[in-house]
Parts: sequence; structure tokens; C-alpha cells
Amino acid sequence: MQDFFTLAGRAIRNVFRKPHYSDDIFLQMDYIGVGSMPIVVLTGFFSGAVMALQLARALARWGQQGQVGTAVAITLVRELGPVLTSLMVAGRNASGMASEIGSMKVTEQIDAMRALGTDPIQKLVTPRLIATCVVLPLLTVIADFIGIFGGYAVAAGLLDLNGPRYWQTAWQALQWNDLTQGLLKPFVFAFIIALIGCYYGLRATGGTQGVGRATTQAMVGASVLIFIITFFLTRIFTSQLVSSSSP
Amino acid sequence: MPTSDGKSVVRFEHVTVSFEGVPALDDVSFDVCQGETRIILGAASSGKTVLLKTALGLVRPDSGSVYLFEQDITHMTERELFDIRSKVGMLFQESALFDSLTIKENVAYPLLNQKSIQCPLEDVDRRVKEALHFVELDQTLARFPSELSGGMRRRAAIARAVVTEPPLVLYDSPTAGLDPITAYTIMALVIKERDVANTTTLIVTHRFQDGLLTANFRYNPESGQLVPAHENGNQTRHLTKFIVMRDAKIVFLGTEAELETVTDPYISKFRRQGGG
Repeated sequence: MQDFFTLAGRAIRNVFRKPHYSDDIFLQMDYIGVGSMPIVVLTGFFSGAVMALQLARALARWGQQGQVGTAVAITLVRELGPVLTSLMVAGRNASGMASEIGSMKVTEQIDAMRALGTDPIQKLVTPRLIATCVVLPLLTVIADFIGIFGGYAVAAGLLDLNGPRYWQTAWQALQWNDLTQGLLKPFVFAFIIALIGCYYGLRATGGTQGVGRATTQAMVGASVLIFIITFFLTRIFTSQLVSSSSP
Repeated sequence: MPTSDGKSVVRFEHVTVSFEGVPALDDVSFDVCQGETRIILGAASSGKTVLLKTALGLVRPDSGSVYLFEQDITHMTERELFDIRSKVGMLFQESALFDSLTIKENVAYPLLNQKSIQCPLEDVDRRVKEALHFVELDQTLARFPSELSGGMRRRAAIARAVVTEPPLVLYDSPTAGLDPITAYTIMALVIKERDVANTTTLIVTHRFQDGLLTANFRYNPESGQLVPAHENGNQTRHLTKFIVMRDAKIVFLGTEAELETVTDPYISKFRRQGGG
């Protein structure tokens, strides 16, 4: 635990210290952002579509099928968009970071880097942290929009609901608080994904078996932490809403 | 031809290193002066690699002191160590070339990343080519490490270690896993670098033959070949000492002649391996 927080502290401190490896930052942004786009789009679309199907059935009991847009938009923007996008990126990139850095560790490339005058945290961890923090909120925004669109496709195409009303209710349902937590969550999850991936990579020992172990630990660790932290963040935001609405 | 001016380059004073309670170095003390060579022999897990990494500040001692170029590096921060590390070249056991970079980029890496080197950009290309020419790998500039054989990778790693012309070079098992002919080629390069640049050299190996070659041969610049060191009063033999490690401790430190007289079965095993 102490090692993890030491790594986190040094990685964050390096954001403000020279040298800045901007090439590595852009490379990672391309790899994490553009590379994750297909799975994020697919996940977003189908989660929105499935939600529309399920919620339309539930809302029909109270004759509120017209509110499908509201339910899909709120659920996606507040919770499912950030969490599902982060889980996809964790599965793809936290494990990727752990295996890449872990391979470098077990083949002594990290030691070589230190011997040749480069801080591995500055060169490897900080660019991945910055890149993830920048692209994960953007990916989440894309996933949210595609998800709402997926809900629209189902609502208008399969359930014969009023399309313009779907967009109208979805748009009106969203408040600043929803958007704030919808963007803050992926930003926090970005720290978890990048730091957990790099942490397990830098700890890898014992050849290819050790790299495999680090990869699994990184993916599982990041995914579990995302679920735990989203609970606490949601708790904070909902308690704020309750306190601000009480007399 | 190697010469020594008696200035200490590496000094260990009662250094102890342990990992999770298991000692990797146990009260290790020795001194290497400028221009001298140390051949570090020992069985697997005897602490040879940890010794080299401790000398470079990559591993921190639990107790004792490590001096590099007469500076105590034991408690230096990583950033403070960068400057002093620029005076040291290191060949890692598995070469440790960066596999995402070409050979040219690998060899240029220390010139471009070590702040205290301050190599002008226009000189980088020339120095990289010179270093690769030194190890006879002129045609590999654009290739990636994965495209080279084990011996070629080792030679490229030597080029990266010596491109900054460091006064101290550490070699971790330079011939491990190589066939005898390639191993000889690598050792010839190690000796060539030692004699041409008069570097202080620490060589970790489990092959006694490597030690014998280093102690008894020198590089002849006229012929470009290794020749016996005892010709023309060469002092290579006097400047080369053997260290034998066992279970994290130094169990022998002395010259080849002294090593020949030791009767300890563990140490004799290495001698027999060399045909002595």
C-alpha cells in the first residue's frame, strides 16, 4: 500500500517537473484514446439500447414509457457511462500497461533506463497517467452520447416511441450535478487505471509468469477499485443533493 | 595499455544488502582503483549481479557504504545519482536493450538522456556510428533488437555502454548463454575497450576462462588482435584481480597466482573449469 502511494505521489509530482516526455504522452493518448474507441462505442451503444428495452418494460407498468429518454440519460451519464467505459479501458489498458512495463522490468530495461539517466516513473508512469486522465473523460462523453443514441434507436425503431420526445426528455433530465459527476468519475478512475497498471508492472518479478500475474492483478485490481470508488463518489453526490434539497 | 594512478573508483565498505530478509550481499568490502580490473566469479545466486547493481546505485545497501569516484553514493537521491552514473557504462545480463527502439536509438539513448554528457545533437550520429563500428555492428543501425542474434545484441549493448566513453564499465555476465566463438568475440571487445580507453572494469562471470583471458591478454591496436599480456612488461596481470563470491560473501580476493594456490574446494571448482 505504501509503495503504491509513493508511486502515485512521485508520478503526480513529475507532472510539474522537467523533463516532460510529450511524445510519450501523445503516443499513449493515441493508444488509449483512439485505440479504445471501438470497444467504448460498442459498449456504449448496446448498454444504452439494452437499458431502453428494459426500462421501457418497467415504465410501461405506470404508463410512463415516454420517460425512457430520461431514465437512459440519467443512468448513463451519472453511472453506467463512466463505469463501463472505465472498465473497458481498465481491461484493455491497465493490463496493457502492466504487461508492457512488467516485461521491461523482468528484462532489466527499467534498470537500464535508471542507469542511463532516466527516471522510469517520469518516462513511463507520468505520461500514461496524464494521457489516461485526458482521454478517459473524453471517451466517457462519447460513450454517453452513443449510449443515449442506442437508447433512441431502440425506442424509436423497436418500441415505436416518439423519437423527438425521447431526445427532449433525455436533454431536460440532465442537470449540472449529473454532468459534474459524469466527468469527475472517469477522471478519478483514470488515476486508478494508470497507477494500478504501472504499479503492478513495476513490481513484476519472475520472468514471463510474473508478467502474466502482474497483468491479471492490474486488471482485477483496477476493476474492483472502480466499483468501490464509484459507490463512494455516488454517495457523496447524492448526499449533497439531499442536503441541498432539504429545507 | 592499462595503467593505474591509484585513485579509488569503486569502494565497498562492509556493505550488506538483503531482499525480504535473505542476504544478497553480506559484509562485502573491496576497493578498485582507476585502470584496474576485477573479475567477479561465483555460482548462481551468490550475489554477483547485486554487487554490480549496488555499485551503480540501482540497489541500496541496508548497511555499509558504497563509494563511486570517491563520492559516497549510499544515501544519494535518484536524481543526484544520475550525474555520477553518467561516468559508468553497464552491460546488463540480458543486454537490456530497449525493444521499442532501433539499435541506433538504443546506442544514442545515453548521449541524449544523460544531462551531464551534453553531447551536441549534430555529434550524436557520428558517435553512435563510431560505437557501433567499435563492436563491428555497422550495418545494424535501423534494426530492432529482436532482429539480432544473442551475440549481436550483446555487442550492441556494449556499444551503448561505452558510447559516452565512461571511465568505469561494469559487465554482468557478458558471455552467458553464448557459444564459445561468440563468447571469445565479446571478451575480445571487453579487453579492447579496457585497453583502448584505459577504463576501470568490473566483470561478473561464472566462466573462469573469461577471467584468464582478461588477466593474460591485451589488445594490440596495430594488429587489431589480442596478444599475451606479459610481453613488453605490460602490467595487465598486476592490475587484474579475482573476487570469488559464495552465499553473498566474498570468499577470495587476490591475483591469479594467489588463486592458483587456494585449496578450498568451492574456489578450486572455478579453476578446474578454466583448465587450471
